[in-house]
Amino acid sequence: MSVEIHFDGVSKYFGDFCAVENLTLDITRGEMVAILGKTGCGKSTMFNMVSGLQEPSSGSVRVQGRDPFREFDWFRGKIAIVFQNDRLLPWRTAVQNVELGLEMLDAPPAIRREKAMGWLAQLGLKGHENDYPHALSGGMRQRVSIARAFATDAPILLCDEPFSALDEITANRLRDEFAALVAENGKTAVFITHSIGEALKIGRRIVVLRRPARIALDEMPPANMSRDEADAIRDRIQAVLSE
Amino acid sequence: MAAGKTKFTNTGIGKALVVALPFVVLASIWEVASWNVPKFLVPPVADIFWRTLEIIIDFSLLRDVLATAGRIMAGLVGAFVVGGLLAVAMQKSAIADRFLGPVLNFFQGIPALSWVVFAIIWFKHIEARILFIMVVTALPAFAFQILGALRAMSKDLFEMVLSFRPSRMKMFRVMILPSILPEILTSWRVNIGNASRVVVVAELVGATGGVGYRLLEQQQKFDMAGAMAWTLQLVIFVLVTQQIINLIETWAFKYRAQSERSL
Repeated sequence: MSVEIHFDGVSKYFGDFCAVENLTLDITRGEMVAILGKTGCGKSTMFNMVSGLQEPSSGSVRVQGRDPFREFDWFRGKIAIVFQNDRLLPWRTAVQNVELGLEMLDAPPAIRREKAMGWLAQLGLKGHENDYPHALSGGMRQRVSIARAFATDAPILLCDEPFSALDEITANRLRDEFAALVAENGKTAVFITHSIGEALKIGRRIVVLRRPARIALDEMPPANMSRDEADAIRDRIQAVLSE
Repeated sequence: MAAGKTKFTNTGIGKALVVALPFVVLASIWEVASWNVPKFLVPPVADIFWRTLEIIIDFSLLRDVLATAGRIMAGLVGAFVVGGLLAVAMQKSAIADRFLGPVLNFFQGIPALSWVVFAIIWFKHIEARILFIMVVTALPAFAFQILGALRAMSKDLFEMVLSFRPSRMKMFRVMILPSILPEILTSWRVNIGNASRVVVVAELVGATGGVGYRLLEQQQKFDMAGAMAWTLQLVIFVLVTQQIINLIETWAFKYRAQSERSL
């Protein structure tokens, strides 16, 4: 399998503060990796470096063999992000929000409307296409943001704790739908979370980070995990996190 | 059932009455005052009304109102463009911010009348003088208001749009313009009011036409009804432009949630 995301001895400093220290990690195409760690362990910094919003202080980050910071525009349509909060533009309706990424790709208006409507329908938002964000519930808004990320059909999907602000029932339902969508569409997904349960549910691979971001545990849970296997992984993760 | 009834103030006539009421009260107070004071000091409302109407229907007079309106708009557009460019420079560069911030503050401290004197000394052409005065007096306010709007823009939303790698033009259209539009409209609302006051001062000195020139003429004739009528032209101009801004706001901000309770 080809390497889609490659961290090679990456460190990131903010002044004297070290957020990421000598991180080396490969993520292959089609993998769904859950990145787990305590608050402030550098997960979001790592995420920002993959998305090209921040540059490493040393080492190199490569996505599809290119530098996401220096070749920022090359990644148009290749990386999509689902953020912790929905980040919908309040002046756009649900469908216009979903169309956003397609507009950046210069998709013709009719095609982007058709795609956006299709994704909203797939995520159970039929009938809410013309609602403004303030008229939608938190779960519905997050669905719109997931639709926005999927609509561009980017091969790489980055998710920064997208369900952490939702109630448990809504989060569980969205998690299942999200995992199914990622698998169906063959995406490479990096899913940042601080919840062990979420990492076990979503990740086909679980990487646990220790502060400052460096790998403390790298697990590949079996496809159809038994309860005992899940508990064993949970115990190992908890042991690392409590060190 | 009270809930099923439409409030009178929500009907067409009710709304019109609510809008007219403050003006009716003001006119009534003026009229009562005119009964007790010599006419040349406080002329009756009817005299002022007919003089006002005369200006509107007589194009040779209306031309002066249009000239003043044109000067206000030209000055504001100029100040808005230059102020916007300065604000963008200050937002993008810390050096520009450190340099231009104090300069604009310095400009803000200069009275409009001083600019009038400077303009008379510096410029020969009357229209150039007025344009200069209008631009420099509105410039700091526009620059600071646009800068404030740029700084208040949501970093989260900005990064979200940035994650789609937009071109500069698309970033401006999709994110920056809708974010700063509320503050831009507010700045226009405030600056139109200020500019309509400054333009009169600018036209008083040297202009051969316009509301300021006409006001000076009324002063020389000691014609209070005329002075009021010409003043009302500016008031009407401000009310009309404010109403246009209201309409733009209603259209542009229809996405905003309405709370059933107000502040």
